[in-house]
Amino acid sequence: MQDLDALISQAKAQIEDASDIAQLDTVRVEFLGKKGLMTKQLQTLGKLSPEERPKAGQLINQAKQAIQQELNEKREQLQHAELNKKLASETVDISLPGRVNEQGGLHPVSRTIERIEHFFGDLGFEVKSGPEIEDGFHNFDALNIPAHHPARADHDTFYFNPELVLRTQTSGVQIRTMETEKPPIRIISPGRVYRNDYDQTHTPMFHQVEGLMVDKNVNFTELKGVLYDFLQHFFEEDMQVRFRPSYFPFTETSAEVDVLGKNGWLEVLGCGMVHPNVLRAVNIDPEEYTGFAFGMGVERLTMLRYGVTDLRSFFENDLRFLKQFK
Amino acid sequence: MKFSESWLREWVNPAISSEELAEQITMAGLEVDDVAAVAGDFNGVVIGEVVECGQHPDADKLRVTKVNVGEEELLDIVCGAPNCRAGLKVAVAKVGAVLPGDFKIKKAKLRGQPSHGMLCAFSELGISDEGDGIMELPADAPIGTDLRDYLQLNDVAIEVDLTPNRADCLSIAGLAREVGVLNKLDVTEPSWDDVEPSIDDTFPVTVTATEQCPTYLGRVIRGVNVKATTPLWMVEKLRRSGIRSIDPVVDITNYVLIEFGQPMHAFDLDKLQGGINVRLAGEGEKLVLLDGNEVELQSNTLAITDNRGPIAMAGIFGGEVTGVTESSENIFLECAFFAKLAITGRARQYGLHTDSSHRYERGVDYQLQYKAMERATQLIVEICGGQVGPVVEAGDSDKLPKAAEIKLRHARLEKVVGQSFERAQVTEFLQRLGMEVQESELGWKALAPSYRFDMEIEEDLIEEVARIYGYNNIPNISPQAALKMNGTKEAGIPLSRLRQLLCGRGYQEAVTYSFVDPKRQELLHPGQEAMVLPHPISVEMSAMRLSLLTGLLDTISYNQKRQQPRVRIFETGLRFVPDSEAENGVSQVPMIAGAISGTVNQESWNQENREVDFFDIKGDLEALIELSAQANKFSFARSEHPALHPGQSAAIMFDGKQVGVIGALHPQHSKAFGVSGKVFVFELEQSVVTQRALPEAKPVSKFPANRRDLAVLVSDKVAAADLINCIEKVGGNQIVGVNLFDVYKGKGVAEGMQSLAISMTLQEQDRTLEEKEIVATVDKVVAALVTEFDASLRD
Repeated sequence: MQDLDALISQAKAQIEDASDIAQLDTVRVEFLGKKGLMTKQLQTLGKLSPEERPKAGQLINQAKQAIQQELNEKREQLQHAELNKKLASETVDISLPGRVNEQGGLHPVSRTIERIEHFFGDLGFEVKSGPEIEDGFHNFDALNIPAHHPARADHDTFYFNPELVLRTQTSGVQIRTMETEKPPIRIISPGRVYRNDYDQTHTPMFHQVEGLMVDKNVNFTELKGVLYDFLQHFFEEDMQVRFRPSYFPFTETSAEVDVLGKNGWLEVLGCGMVHPNVLRAVNIDPEEYTGFAFGMGVERLTMLRYGVTDLRSFFENDLRFLKQFK
Repeated sequence: MKFSESWLREWVNPAISSEELAEQITMAGLEVDDVAAVAGDFNGVVIGEVVECGQHPDADKLRVTKVNVGEEELLDIVCGAPNCRAGLKVAVAKVGAVLPGDFKIKKAKLRGQPSHGMLCAFSELGISDEGDGIMELPADAPIGTDLRDYLQLNDVAIEVDLTPNRADCLSIAGLAREVGVLNKLDVTEPSWDDVEPSIDDTFPVTVTATEQCPTYLGRVIRGVNVKATTPLWMVEKLRRSGIRSIDPVVDITNYVLIEFGQPMHAFDLDKLQGGINVRLAGEGEKLVLLDGNEVELQSNTLAITDNRGPIAMAGIFGGEVTGVTESSENIFLECAFFAKLAITGRARQYGLHTDSSHRYERGVDYQLQYKAMERATQLIVEICGGQVGPVVEAGDSDKLPKAAEIKLRHARLEKVVGQSFERAQVTEFLQRLGMEVQESELGWKALAPSYRFDMEIEEDLIEEVARIYGYNNIPNISPQAALKMNGTKEAGIPLSRLRQLLCGRGYQEAVTYSFVDPKRQELLHPGQEAMVLPHPISVEMSAMRLSLLTGLLDTISYNQKRQQPRVRIFETGLRFVPDSEAENGVSQVPMIAGAISGTVNQESWNQENREVDFFDIKGDLEALIELSAQANKFSFARSEHPALHPGQSAAIMFDGKQVGVIGALHPQHSKAFGVSGKVFVFELEQSVVTQRALPEAKPVSKFPANRRDLAVLVSDKVAAADLINCIEKVGGNQIVGVNLFDVYKGKGVAEGMQSLAISMTLQEQDRTLEEKEIVATVDKVVAALVTEFDASLRD
């Protein structure tokens, strides 16, 4: 019987020298395999007396376990080292950009309209839309703008024929809504409107959001309250706001609303109490119901909000301009 | 309306600054557009008299003068103005004066002659651009007086942008009334003594169209000197109101127009024939206007006529033949009230717009005519001399507007405004506004003044009360309303969701004009009629779009020309297709459209960078379709679209009906649209993707799924979608998934053939499929493909 301690030391040395799992396996087979050195040791037990056997057997088993433990530890070490090596080889430059999936963006006008829809949506205003080629009744007559009214000329209307126009305001949607729905009514209608005017500060097409609320006790303080709140929220700062008397055929008491900008007061919307003739035109009794309406220019609000200086840039669709609005 | 502040202050003079006044009237609804000084910034200019004026010894065009400015010594001044002469009263910039542009006057020598000051022209003082030479002041101008004081140049011209309802403010009188109301001040009208008629001469006047002309006043004035000079104070007031001086008679009628808001007209009495008749024009009657243009009158136009025919367009423009000229001696002065409706729109009909038509079509005070006639008469006699005849009147006073009697209920006022008002305060507001007011149990009864055409109904009074009270003194209060749910429909997909989806796939939203170039549109939609604007901004913006494609292609071109070769854009909006069945003869359908060009990805270190192709845009479109959860209702059909590449385009079908197109722009249009490279587009009716099917949940099968792959050879004319539809149909419930995972043409596959590799997933709800069942189903599929498509299995 070989000196077990020597065997253990020999095994330990070989285990220590193993540089990879395969070598370690060779060592394992050499010592613990079926024909391994330790197995051979066990075979020598037969030559011992029955009295000596248990003791010797025990010693051999302890030696086996010692070697096994060394093997396990080394295996773990090697596996760990191998994993580290693999991981090291897989290192990437984390500063490189990821695979690009560039995001587009909404047109700034849409973005403003969506914000307005949210503010008024919170108050239960429904979004309505309507045709852009509109008849004289919905664009003018029902809005208390009879044929001879000077406002009908002031509008720079695009006419197809005397009875068919490109809508000059989205107010026609008010009429269409009130024709089919009964109060209480709370709607806003965003959309394109058209005026025959083209220069630095006018484009022949632009966007408006029209609002309408009709109920039993709607009054002017409420119109002021809603619009004041809207402007504070839209600009997200403490805006100075003023209501200035004005004239629209379809409202009375009418006002224009100005906010105080860096260069003085700027008109941002028009509003008023719905004219009784407008309510009558859609068979709503103005004695029973009152209402307010307002209309705001989307481009003007957008320009103020984001510092856009040229109205025409909204319709040039230069990607370098649009991409600023992510 | 532009007016001089100091003129206004002659009528009513509140103790507030110019800025405060401008702010005050703006906040009363008379929006001030501009406040401008009436003269340049200068000082040290006084009135002088040219005492001597001689030729400069060394310069033909210069004169050497001695000027008296009220000081001990006369000033030597060299002057180049041709109108410089001895005895003239002039504006003298003395040494030390500073003229506009920070121009300092110093002692100088001009060609050897000393010059201690400068004789000024209007333009040099920033007063006016008109006139040659130096200012000629009236002979009685006091020597030595500062010119700014003499001409009251410390004044501003205020421009108000009046809303159409406030015609009453188109005069100093009206503005003064308003300022009086706002400041609780009484208004002082200028006073004059009416001229007593000194002759009996009249000229006959009749009015046929009394509805249109309820009042027509006329007066003869003989011996008028039209060559007289309009006094400087009047020229200045007119100038500050934006009106040029013409001759004294025209100036005076203009003066009364601005002072009281009453348009007037003067005829040369000696050119009138027979008598004046006010009637509607006969269709086609001709009239040469004061500006020399001939118009053919339409029968809706009110005309002033004499025995020969029209001599003026009533309330709009005078005629040339009967106009007052320098040589006129006798005049016939007209002062009339024409009804709003008789004038409205008529001037525009002839491409005209005058101060007179502007006022008449908005409404002139119908009780103003006698006063205005007397005022003009007095001024004419004062300035031009003459003998005055009596005023003759024609018309029908029953046809004059009636003062509206308006009831205002206290409760209604408070309900509409939303706050309480004291009775006495409301009464006072209404009275100050010129109404005759009676208090009643429920509120007030008010009789509107003759100058307020906008006072007709209760709401008019409510607005006036709120306006005078001050909109900004009325509180802002959040509305109260019943909390009623709107009930958003689950099946609806908001447009914003579609937009988000496309943005997430790299599309930028664009907004293009709804009107496009008809020529370009014709390329994409040949032979298709579009709505065309008769009076567009330009021809390129005259045709209503038949699709969103024209605008998107223009946008691609615009960006490609600006070094933006990779473009992915979309737009939502209406297209306008003439359709006799639709409301107003045009079908206005909301569309969603996209266009892409350039590389599929941004250039990057780790991605392929090929040009986009048909399947890129189809994938984006399919993503939209997928949102609707009813992709099975959509299909793509080969179809020819004139805008698109015949081999790379399709009609998008929904439930068997075409709802859009997709494809590559036909290369023959690239040049016309100025686009380079391949461009792919789609356009789809919004309605098919803004509705979605609601989920109907089915249990997930607990039994294993089996995958079987097939590789089949078919003609490359066979549409892959047809093949897959066939498999789905044959497979019934057992085939739960079909996926085309490879399409191959080329080596190993015969010309005209393609190899399609398809995986099928087979599964049952209630049991594990046995191998023989799977084989049977696959065999059935293969058999069907052989029969339907002449397919063969690939080894």
